[in-house]
Amino acid sequence: MRTIKADIILDAVSKIFKEANYNLGDDVLDALKKARREEESPAGREALDTIIENASIAAEDKIPLCQDCGTAVVFLEIGQEVHIEGGDLYAAVNEGVRRAYEEGYLRKSMVDHPFTDRKNTGDNTPAVIHTDIIPGDKLKIMVLPKGGGAENMAKLGMLLPASGKNAVIDFVVNAVNEAWSNPCPPVIIGVGIGGTAEKAMAMAKHALIRKVGQTSPDNENAGLEKEILHKVNNLGIGPMGYGGRITALAVHVESFPSHITALPVAVNLQCHSARHREVVI
Amino acid sequence: MAKKIKLPLTEEIIKSLKAGDNILLSGVLYVARDAAHRRMVESLDKGESLPFDIKDQALYYMGPSPAPPGKVIGSAGPTTSARMDAYSPRLLAVGLKGMIGKGVRSSEVREALKRYKAVYLATVGGAGALISKTIVTSEVVAYPDLGPEAVLKLEVKDFPATVINDIYGGDLYVEGKKKYKITR
Repeated sequence: MRTIKADIILDAVSKIFKEANYNLGDDVLDALKKARREEESPAGREALDTIIENASIAAEDKIPLCQDCGTAVVFLEIGQEVHIEGGDLYAAVNEGVRRAYEEGYLRKSMVDHPFTDRKNTGDNTPAVIHTDIIPGDKLKIMVLPKGGGAENMAKLGMLLPASGKNAVIDFVVNAVNEAWSNPCPPVIIGVGIGGTAEKAMAMAKHALIRKVGQTSPDNENAGLEKEILHKVNNLGIGPMGYGGRITALAVHVESFPSHITALPVAVNLQCHSARHREVVI
Repeated sequence: MAKKIKLPLTEEIIKSLKAGDNILLSGVLYVARDAAHRRMVESLDKGESLPFDIKDQALYYMGPSPAPPGKVIGSAGPTTSARMDAYSPRLLAVGLKGMIGKGVRSSEVREALKRYKAVYLATVGGAGALISKTIVTSEVVAYPDLGPEAVLKLEVKDFPATVINDIYGGDLYVEGKKKYKITR
């Protein structure tokens, strides 16, 4: 048994949410620079230049990369030998979010009730927290400040199993095509295939915390990532929808066994300002 | 090379803009999002006047992050324009000449742009840090109770924008996609 104090978790959450909002990760920056080298469209290249320059200004001035500092999405992988002491785990995570958004001059975008008053909670809480219990005595915290423009383009399809792989590819490509210029392309496409409806969407979101440029360790999934990326980048949408070759930087696929009757496919898009950070305690 | 444009958007300027043009705007921009739009249209429905003179003005769809000490404004990039589609034709009818955001507009808005001789511009989404550097002053001019969604008046210098929809029916999103689409 290993004891971790709730305050340590609170501080870690606060620190990485601030970092994620000011500093674009090297994985994302490298992918954007590669896109800049490959993009043929002049308008697309200019948009990419602006995006890359924005990242240096944000890091230098400590000002958020994007004014939409997102819903605070948090993935926790908790070793089963970890004992958390000195407070409630979720309360610590939410307090970490509150401090990051307050101290870091980040925009608070959460409203309390989704279809009535929609009153801003004032501190960007509550966070959306996903928890996994895994073997070991470590605690891994992964954060993803998720902007609204791309999140609103998410799609879930319960496909016919007999329609197979091509139907999966078409569903994902269509979702990106319909989203068009709205999700701030070039996007990263999170895809969850299998499981149940909610499992598929959770996988699609989880896929977005993977480093951009890493392929799936599963050969079938890795092959599918390549095929979808090729088709999406033939759509012509381009950076910010101004027309061009680079509509997506990467496709990240996760899969899970599913029921004999089902082929769930979920698409969760991530804008080019792909802010994510992780820490292991 | 981006064309420098001095606001407000006169008829002469609007006639000169074509889909795909890169421009740098200087002068006054008003900021309004969903809640402010709803309230403006409600005022018009009741026969009341708007809290600022919208004639020949441009609206920027944006909700900034808080200004850190010593700064005029925080990160200040565009939000998705589609959420304002339901309200825009009404504002264009009373003299609004430009809208700045990101993402495609409805066919109703695109038609209204041609009818009322107005333009839709985009600025790069997710470039809020860079855009904030072009904002010289910012003040709340209406609906302060809306907090982060209050109407702001900005003074901008060389604010970067791209013409998406011009008055001739040109549409950069449609034309750009058509040009780079590969069908095979």
